[in-house]
Amino acid sequence: MIVASPKSVTEVKEIIAAHRKVLFVGCGTCVTVCLAGGEREVGIMAYAVRMARKLEGRPIEIEQVTIERQCENEFIKDLAEAVDRNEAILSFGCGAGVQAIAERFPKKPVYAALNTQFLGILEEQGVWTEKCQACGDCMLADFGGICPVTRCAKQLLNGPCGGSTPEHCEIDNDMPCAWQLIFKRLKEIGQEDRLKKIRPPKDWRGSSHGGTRKIVRNDHRI
Amino acid sequence: MTAPDSGATPASPAAWEPKVLAFCCNYCAYAAADLAGARRMQYPPNVRLLHVPCTGKVELEHILEAFEKGIDGVLVAGCLEGGCHFLEGNLRAKRRVQRVREILDEIGVGGQRLLMVNLSAAMAPTFVERVREIVETVRKLGPNPLTTVKPEGAKSE
Repeated sequence: MIVASPKSVTEVKEIIAAHRKVLFVGCGTCVTVCLAGGEREVGIMAYAVRMARKLEGRPIEIEQVTIERQCENEFIKDLAEAVDRNEAILSFGCGAGVQAIAERFPKKPVYAALNTQFLGILEEQGVWTEKCQACGDCMLADFGGICPVTRCAKQLLNGPCGGSTPEHCEIDNDMPCAWQLIFKRLKEIGQEDRLKKIRPPKDWRGSSHGGTRKIVRNDHRI
Repeated sequence: MTAPDSGATPASPAAWEPKVLAFCCNYCAYAAADLAGARRMQYPPNVRLLHVPCTGKVELEHILEAFEKGIDGVLVAGCLEGGCHFLEGNLRAKRRVQRVREILDEIGVGGQRLLMVNLSAAMAPTFVERVREIVETVRKLGPNPLTTVKPEGAKSE
């Protein structure tokens, strides 16, 4: 899922400082699961911003609504009436959600309340880790299901580097060495031979290095 | 859940008395308060007890709403660490209280207005002592600043 983290109350307050009536829009998908932009987080931020603004002598009116997915027009269109009632929109979605709302309502200022961080998983309650960089050319089959593009600090495709300790990455003792994990995993599944293959430099054009990406699937178009 | 309305327009500063909301766990603080009453122990009447099944049931929103509605201080009273009836509700409450204190500090209400205490059902004197402590802390801090903020457009003296 997409993992995001909330901006501070102070930052959010500054972002919407010019407005007196703002619609806070939560998203019921990834950012709800990562406890950053769901209905509850929207509510907590609304309490904090309302109190902070009241103390400044510039009260703010906040309307709250959480939709199922901010990255789909089908759900965003239901916001139209609430958007009309407010001066601006503060989106608690990921970067995609914020932009989808901004495209749908071009005449309203749309701001982001979260910092979108990465594609990751829930490691334990309250802890998320990055697992994928969406590089556009998945190589997990070669690496025992462990991604060196994401999890090796140097993004080595022919690792490990000379700096790794037996278990950890040289840049952070708490971070496991992805190549150590790859080796262990391939050994466990009897595929160490995959490591004998020297991999040429990766073609990064399919990643963001080739500009904004777009996927068109003609078989699904109407 | 709705916090008691403390009235957003306080009386004159001289007549002001702190109003404190105490979230009291069913298995300890609420029973301790009951015991304090049975023993005729005196504690300030400034505190309103709110009976909760466990401090783990107290969410950030509950505390924030109380402050937004004008309460001057909040006490979250749960079981001794390791003694929670639901194993770790009080430990969760501890982290949430810490987070709310950070928010209150950040927005200018003041995290000192929020206190968490741990006690058992038999610790009526501790309950009384903690209630006195939070009431005195809040008395020194003054009214919840949200209740004294001047309306928009009002000229400062």
